[in-house]
Amino acid sequence: MTGIPFLSLAIWVPIVGGLLALASGSDRNASVARFVALFFALAGLAVSIPLYTGFDVTTSSMQFVEAYPWIPRFNINYVLGVDGISVLFVLLNSFITVIVVVAGWEVIQEKVAQYMAAFLIMSGLINGIFSALDGVLFYVFFEASLIPLFIIIGVWGGANRVYAAIKFFLYTLAGSLLMLIALLYLFMESGGSFNILDWHQLKLGMDVQSLIFLAFLVSFAVKVPMFPVHTWLPDAHVEAPTGGSIVLAAIALKLGAYGFLRFALPIAPDASHAFAPLIITLSLIAVIYIGFVALVQTDMKKLVAYSSISHMGFVTLGFFIFNPLGIEGAIVQMISHGFVSAAMFASIGVLYDRMHSRQISDYGGVVNVMPKFAALFMLFAMANSGLPATSGFVGEFMVALGAVKFNFWIGFGAATTLILGAAYTLWMYKRVVFGAVANHHVAELTDINNREFVFLAILAVCVLAMGIYPFPVTEVMHASVNELLKHVAVSKL
Amino acid sequence: MSFVILLAGTFSKQPRNVAYALSQLTLIGAAAITLFTMDGQVSFTFSNMYVDDLMGDFLKLVVYFAVAIALLYSRSYMNDRKIETTEYYVLAIFATLGMMVMITANHFLTIYLGLELLSLALYAMVALQRDSARATEAAMKYFVLGALASGLLLYGISMLYGAAGTLEISGVAQAIYQQAGNKTVLLFGLVFVVAGLAFKLGVVPFHMWIPDVYQGAPTSITLFIASAPKLAAFAMAMRLLVNGLFEFAEQWQSMLMVLAVLSIVLGNLAAIAQSNLKRMLGYSGISHMGFMLLGLVSGVVGGDRHFALNAYSSAMFYVVSYVLMSLASFGVLLLLSRAGFEAEALDDFKGLNKRNSWFAGVMAMVMFSMAGIPFFVGFFAKFSVLQAVVAAGYIWVAILAVVMSLIGAFYYLRVVKIMFFDEPLDATPISAPADMRALLSLNGIAIAVLGLAPQALMSLCAYSLLGSL
Repeated sequence: MTGIPFLSLAIWVPIVGGLLALASGSDRNASVARFVALFFALAGLAVSIPLYTGFDVTTSSMQFVEAYPWIPRFNINYVLGVDGISVLFVLLNSFITVIVVVAGWEVIQEKVAQYMAAFLIMSGLINGIFSALDGVLFYVFFEASLIPLFIIIGVWGGANRVYAAIKFFLYTLAGSLLMLIALLYLFMESGGSFNILDWHQLKLGMDVQSLIFLAFLVSFAVKVPMFPVHTWLPDAHVEAPTGGSIVLAAIALKLGAYGFLRFALPIAPDASHAFAPLIITLSLIAVIYIGFVALVQTDMKKLVAYSSISHMGFVTLGFFIFNPLGIEGAIVQMISHGFVSAAMFASIGVLYDRMHSRQISDYGGVVNVMPKFAALFMLFAMANSGLPATSGFVGEFMVALGAVKFNFWIGFGAATTLILGAAYTLWMYKRVVFGAVANHHVAELTDINNREFVFLAILAVCVLAMGIYPFPVTEVMHASVNELLKHVAVSKL
Repeated sequence: MSFVILLAGTFSKQPRNVAYALSQLTLIGAAAITLFTMDGQVSFTFSNMYVDDLMGDFLKLVVYFAVAIALLYSRSYMNDRKIETTEYYVLAIFATLGMMVMITANHFLTIYLGLELLSLALYAMVALQRDSARATEAAMKYFVLGALASGLLLYGISMLYGAAGTLEISGVAQAIYQQAGNKTVLLFGLVFVVAGLAFKLGVVPFHMWIPDVYQGAPTSITLFIASAPKLAAFAMAMRLLVNGLFEFAEQWQSMLMVLAVLSIVLGNLAAIAQSNLKRMLGYSGISHMGFMLLGLVSGVVGGDRHFALNAYSSAMFYVVSYVLMSLASFGVLLLLSRAGFEAEALDDFKGLNKRNSWFAGVMAMVMFSMAGIPFFVGFFAKFSVLQAVVAAGYIWVAILAVVMSLIGAFYYLRVVKIMFFDEPLDATPISAPADMRALLSLNGIAIAVLGLAPQALMSLCAYSLLGSL
């Protein structure tokens, strides 16, 4: 615990920034709130970068650890730390926050201060989730992060926003409440510790493991979301404003998957093995069935939402085949999906801001009026369908390879996503962008302005860089994934 | 003791401002005396009728505090409605005196005395708005049912007297410990005592009065009923069950368990259907009291009393946090009401965020806190009770409780939804005196701050209980 507490800064800088933005006032001087938000989003990113540059890739132990007593009465401590897995998500989250603030710059005209504040506070809370090493601290951040997103969907969302917001909130809350019981139970079993790393060492009987695993499964499966508890996601995505969709897809979905890695697998390894066939089946259903569902969507946002579910099915599949390729591939896929889905939703947002329609049939021939946009959108669509040299390919390839090693037919099923993904994404792209100009609304479209170009281009660079040279990402996680697999391989009965 | 000063408050038959000032002074004075005489010793006084211990002192301080806040919140509301305010303050002080007696009682009859003093004052307060049919009806219901409950309690007490031969709480405990007296009679008495207690706490199936009284009474009175008396009822439970009948812990635990589970289920389910916010908060209060009881039932497991301190202090923490949240929620209702207009329907909250985003934020915090979402104090209240329940091995009860909190979250969320997502129906700016705004803001902030740093209050609860177990 030496030097600057970067993790605490990564959590509290955005939260303080959010409160300041909130205090900075009304819509009359909205630009103040915007600049305050941008400043703190950039500051949040700035304090996250040392986490990566100062990261020691040779060890699997927690780094940048901070520990203070919080509620000594229940032995709850404010313990933060990152390993090779979580550090990537902290970075991703801080980065996406900047994108979201920029993406909402002029688009949001009502209650700007509250909008920016909600995103900044959420960003801080999510950094807290990824770096918490205390069960209660994790839970507190996990639940608290629902509030800003609930408000974001409900206040700035589309026509059916109230339904979507409440559905989102209750679904995720339902999952996490069972987790609370599991956490309390582990507290008892471990003789009064809420430290997650202590729990990793805990010996548990098979019955207990199964119950704990199921509690975690319900909680994280909703968040991922896995088939069949995925139905809140399309609603939430469709109704959320662009920024909300970006955060939801890029970050919030990763929380569930991260939860599997941090809790379910290492705490209940035997139960994880026992339930693996179930998870693999559900994941394959998500990959294939949801892929087909995506194919028939007429709403662009819904299509991308279903494609997210399908991609996340890939992630859970990667986790539960228990080999390094699978898990590393799944993590790469999560990071990549963070960029790609953010870019897809941002692109759709760009179109929606101009046309106020998400229906594919309202578009056609956009390339004729928005060439710069069409080019960038093309890249993202390619990445979404997993084309080589984009980030989407790396993760999918690794997971598919891992799956083939595990069982040929599972690998085969998983690989169909490459076809399905290409089919629904590129078909949508074709219908929206190519062809003759569909109607006079399309003809009046203006190409992206500098602000839009900048944030889309930055995302494009990330997508390409990760596709061509993923080593900086995999290098960081390597030691931690091996450590995790060691935990999973050893029986705790 | 603090009773003398409290009585002084009743002689202030002056115009209402004087009455208000005097009652606040009385409360502050009483609080100061309690604070300065607090020495951590357990001492008995008035021929063992009263006990002075840390739990009592702590609860008394919280009660003074809650009553003072309640009076401040209700002042402009009562003035606007020209309800007999002098009497209101006098009754409030009498009710406070009743609560003090209950909290410090060491004798079954003293408890009964305090309870009656509190209840009679409350009946009268509910009926203060004489020309309101609803208020009168509510008062009548409250009185009839309350009298019945008092009768039950008294009957139970007489049974205990018959079996134990004494009514001093420590004496009864000793008699049971020495296995003197007929166990059947004692248990029979216990059942009636629990029933009387359950009525005062307002838990199912003795909850019938709550929704009607909460809705019918003027909002300021509801605020009063929903805050400090809950603390007194908790104190009564501690005195009767823990200090007096601890030997029967297993028996009353199983009774309270049924009451608690029923309250949590019914309170949450019924609250969904309400369109009147006062009624909704009434049902939600039922479920909160059920949750608090869960803390009380986790104290003794299979004769093992190690869990008691943890369990009872979590229940105490729960009730204190509930009072804080309850004050804030009714405070916002009073804030929105003005002369000739009662804010009590859910629709009155529509678009509050557009009218006044700060108080919409405060109300949202209260709602999230009641739903048990972190970082608010309500989360840690639920957390500590659940932790006690899991420690006692009642995993399935804990699961049921969280499932019901999920249902609870729905109707709290609905309030947030109405405030933030809907368009306002009514654009009147909020007019409320500055002291009330300031205090309400502080109340909201306290809910958030205690959610970030609950340790101090938790330890206070645990520490103050140490001497009484």
